[in-house]
Amino acid sequence: MPQTSIGQMNMMRDTHETFTGNKALQIEEALIFETGRVEVTGVDVDEPVTEETRLGGLERHAPIGLPGLSEPETMRHYLRLSQKNYSIDTGLFSLGSCTMKHNPRLNERMARLPGIGDIHPLQPVQSVQGALELMDTLAHWLMTLTGMAGVALSPKAGAHGELCGMMAIKAAIAAKGEQASRTVVLVPDSAHGTNPATAALIGFSVKPVPARADGTVDPEEVRKLAGPEMAAIMLTNPNTCGLFEKDVVEIADILHEAGAYFYCDGANFNAIVGKARPGDLGVDAMHINLHKTFSTPHGGGGPGSGPVVLSERLAPFAPLPFVKRGKQGYALIEHAGNAGDAKPFGRITAFHGQMGMYVRALSYMLSHGADGLRQASEDAVLNANYVRAGLADLISLPFGNRPCMHEVLFDDTWLKDTGLTTLDFAKALIDEGYHPMTVYFPLVVHGAMLVEPTESESKASLDLFIATLRDLAISIRAGERERFTGAPYHAPRRRLDETRAARSPVLRWQPPEPIKVAAE
Amino acid sequence: MTTRYTKDHEYIRVEGDTGTVGITDYAQAQLGDVVFVDLPEVGKAIEKGKEAAVVESVKAASEIYAPVSGEVIAINEKLPDAPTFVNEDPAGAGWFLKLRIKDASELDALMSEADYKAYLETIS
Repeated sequence: MPQTSIGQMNMMRDTHETFTGNKALQIEEALIFETGRVEVTGVDVDEPVTEETRLGGLERHAPIGLPGLSEPETMRHYLRLSQKNYSIDTGLFSLGSCTMKHNPRLNERMARLPGIGDIHPLQPVQSVQGALELMDTLAHWLMTLTGMAGVALSPKAGAHGELCGMMAIKAAIAAKGEQASRTVVLVPDSAHGTNPATAALIGFSVKPVPARADGTVDPEEVRKLAGPEMAAIMLTNPNTCGLFEKDVVEIADILHEAGAYFYCDGANFNAIVGKARPGDLGVDAMHINLHKTFSTPHGGGGPGSGPVVLSERLAPFAPLPFVKRGKQGYALIEHAGNAGDAKPFGRITAFHGQMGMYVRALSYMLSHGADGLRQASEDAVLNANYVRAGLADLISLPFGNRPCMHEVLFDDTWLKDTGLTTLDFAKALIDEGYHPMTVYFPLVVHGAMLVEPTESESKASLDLFIATLRDLAISIRAGERERFTGAPYHAPRRRLDETRAARSPVLRWQPPEPIKVAAE
Repeated sequence: MTTRYTKDHEYIRVEGDTGTVGITDYAQAQLGDVVFVDLPEVGKAIEKGKEAAVVESVKAASEIYAPVSGEVIAINEKLPDAPTFVNEDPAGAGWFLKLRIKDASELDALMSEADYKAYLETIS
């Protein structure tokens, strides 16, 4: 068979354009406003008997233009949309810093048990003792795994957890009467963007800490910045370069001597569960992404959940509500007046947090056991290192070819003089059927590609992924630019014009022109 | 007329006590396609090293720091509608703002064109 280039293949496909625009099972799905019609309705309901409204003249009189669709039209529309999705259930999802690991079906089964799935947050406390016990048990294991004295379960996701932890720190500073002077939060260059945003949101000023040549934070830099105005540091460990901050204990000691607190961004806790306890490293507050480390769904699949563990110094400031075990069973403390010696800084959620995620996280913990959780961390680290070792001869590593934690960071030094970018490489990966890795983050290296395979992948799956990346890299070395500059070729949409989308976005849907019936 | 440079890749072109501030060609290349520019109000006093403007590209949002202290006496009114100027002609039509320089001695701490070129050699 003669060799065909991608360009020729593309031309061939263009000659096979279909009448519908569909490509076999790849349906060119219209918007629901284009499928449905305003003048029809898919349901048959009686016109309501006109009664006096209680809207005080605010009721609408003009039609609002919602499309009417039949049930089969509705089903097809949403099913087809769902089939355009890439998910962890579709394939390997190497998005670094996101921990796209398998969501065990057992967790889903547990969350749907009627005693859990059918309860309501406003039910009398005596009728949901089991749910409160579950929250208390989850809290116990989160504190045990992290070596911390307290936990606030209610934050709804990682950044919300950061906010909760930093508000606890702010409350502790205020309790010492230092709120006017302790106003500076240190944030390393490699931090998640949410860290400085969180600190700034609650009125701290942010000072960056530069990374040293090996990608980690230098305790001497922290020492230089430490002082009576320092409130806290927000440090991710392992950091976003996939490296363990080896001087973390020394950094914690410097902070504590200066009267400041250590906030640890726990987004990467999945690398160290069962191996190290943040409490032993001097951490004062750390959020735990249940939707990463403890396998609950995230992205489109389900709400996040970001409990925050707190050191003895901060535990009294944990927000309301919290579960307390008493003689009469479990109680939910909803008001500061009932909090005893605790000094809750307030409340950050209307109800009690993501109950469904608590169930799934506890199901994951109990089904894995201590040894299983440790092995999950070890396998996550092993898999990332397997990817590193499989690619190190072709794709550049900014901090040298040395062991990483649960994710491996590449940069674009290897693309120098090819005229191609990290983005081109990532787009070509879409054609190969993979969701690309995280690109251009962290910002501390040029043209970053951050790969987190997670422990969910088998050796065969990793081998195919590595072989695919190698094939792409070799293709670049061979000068096959077209495979990249025009990618993706096979996705429902080709390369999007991100610049135009940002410069002149079309934010309002316009009805299409009516179809003209051609006179034959 | 001389042009001085910062390590953050801003330039200031000095004419008398007026300085025209923008970002260098290297900076625009690093940022990629610029999609949005946020400029300060005329009359605002800005301090050396503090935020003077914000530039947003498809890759990132970055602060533009004032190379020296001074009062904003003009802004490039065309830039918000035509941020492409920053990519196409950073030293010309892509200028950000003009400052009345408060203390000309602050210019001495900035790099000359030759120094800046040498600096670029060390980081690329």
